[in-house]
Amino acid sequence: MTLERGETLLVTIGIPAFLLVFFSVVNVLPTGRRHPVDFLAPGVLGLAVMSTAMVSLGVATGFERSYGVLKRLGTTPLGRPRLLVAKVAGVLAVEVIQVVVLSAIAFGLGWRPHLVASLAICGELLATAAFAGVGLAMAGALRAEVNLAIVNALYIVFLLIGGIVFPLQRLGGFAAFARLLPAAALSGVLHPTLGSGTAPGVEAWVVLAAWAVAAPLVAALLFSWE
Amino acid sequence: MPAVEVEHLHVRFGERHAVDDLSFSIERGEVVALLGPNGAGKTTTVETLEGYRLPDEGAVRVLGLDPSRQRRALAAKIGVVLQRGGVYPVMSPERVLSLFASYYDGPRQPADLLALLGLESVARTAFKRLSGGEQQRLLLALALVGRPQVLFLDEPTAGVDPRGRIAVREVIASCRDEGAAVLVTSHELDEIERMADRVVIIDRGRVLASGSPTAVGGGGNEVRFFVEGLLDRQRLGAALSAEVVVERPSWYRIAAESSPALVARLTAWLAENDLVLGEVRVGHERLEDVFLRLVEEREGGS
Repeated sequence: MTLERGETLLVTIGIPAFLLVFFSVVNVLPTGRRHPVDFLAPGVLGLAVMSTAMVSLGVATGFERSYGVLKRLGTTPLGRPRLLVAKVAGVLAVEVIQVVVLSAIAFGLGWRPHLVASLAICGELLATAAFAGVGLAMAGALRAEVNLAIVNALYIVFLLIGGIVFPLQRLGGFAAFARLLPAAALSGVLHPTLGSGTAPGVEAWVVLAAWAVAAPLVAALLFSWE
Repeated sequence: MPAVEVEHLHVRFGERHAVDDLSFSIERGEVVALLGPNGAGKTTTVETLEGYRLPDEGAVRVLGLDPSRQRRALAAKIGVVLQRGGVYPVMSPERVLSLFASYYDGPRQPADLLALLGLESVARTAFKRLSGGEQQRLLLALALVGRPQVLFLDEPTAGVDPRGRIAVREVIASCRDEGAAVLVTSHELDEIERMADRVVIIDRGRVLASGSPTAVGGGGNEVRFFVEGLLDRQRLGAALSAEVVVERPSWYRIAAESSPALVARLTAWLAENDLVLGEVRVGHERLEDVFLRLVEEREGGS
């Protein structure tokens, strides 16, 4: 069902794929002598997780709440726990598709990574929990339209200061702040594991794990079903 | 054991007492209507029975279970029409019914429900493009998917056209005949009069009256009539040898057992006095009149 909505396809696959292709071909990014795609591919794979777990899940849940769908499902045998499981499964399924499609495009553009796949997958899963927590916390507490606006704004901010299209080192004073956000932490994990083939620094892991625990907890506290 | 039991239920929202010591029960195979003005506590009561709210005092049981603690066990056995929506706007009736069918064991088939509620022609139309009445009928169809033993219908005929109403009424009657217990709320009192076995009239969370629609209407057999203009009640009363009571502006009641002779004397007297009889009704008070009278009495008295 998720993939039937045009806007979901756009945000989960269209935008990441477009960024990947655009900045690889148009050489405006300060990535030095490396091929831009080597920098972009890990960042865009991180962006993909953010767009599915935070934007797509959060916006959809916000509207389901305002339409009364969540409330109505509360009196069917589906119940809330199974609804949650279904949502998690939906997010993971979309992420698998994203990884396949975006990696294929990156390879086509000349991406030749040294992979530490297991660590990269750990990073993506922690990030999924963190972003889903952020998305659901807002979806469960705000009006659907307000939620939509804020989630999209957050998406742009994370895109710009998350080490996704601009390297963190080029952010100047923003960098210290950016490093505490889940987007940059995810990039911090993905750039080494999907690029140079080295292990990421402890700081990125700690920040990412903290968000992965804290954000879902906050979501659970803030969430109201109607 | 009744299918639905409400015992001394209290629900408060902060300072406001939304439901104040409410008690009633519903047997299997019975349709009970909960009536009251806006803010009377109808939806709060229904939502407590559906497990969305907790009683502050008192208890509610549905099929012997606690609706909020045993929600999962109960969900398969109850059907619900919420006061507001609950359907994805872009989904078609066919799709939503199939989706809901996948939640239940042994569900009713989408095609049967579409036919039952006259929705075949819009089976593939997005919910948001349906008329108000079609949306309401779909919500009722969704309540029936799991072959419920208890139905909670919050305003099921809101916005439904006359033909749709007949369909809704027939569906509710057939559920009752199959042994379901039905609780329905509505503002549309004529509608209720036709489908409810029993009515419970509430205001500000308290019961004002309950019983069969005719019993609530006094069960009497009196003559009520409408005359515009000045009516000398003393003289008419003397002519009829019965008291004539004003019920509402221009509406009068003759405090005596109805008989053809009484009606004949009334019309004759009106003719002699050149008064036009607007309407005359023999028998119990209409539910709408009972309702207005009770609510007005209560508001006057407090």
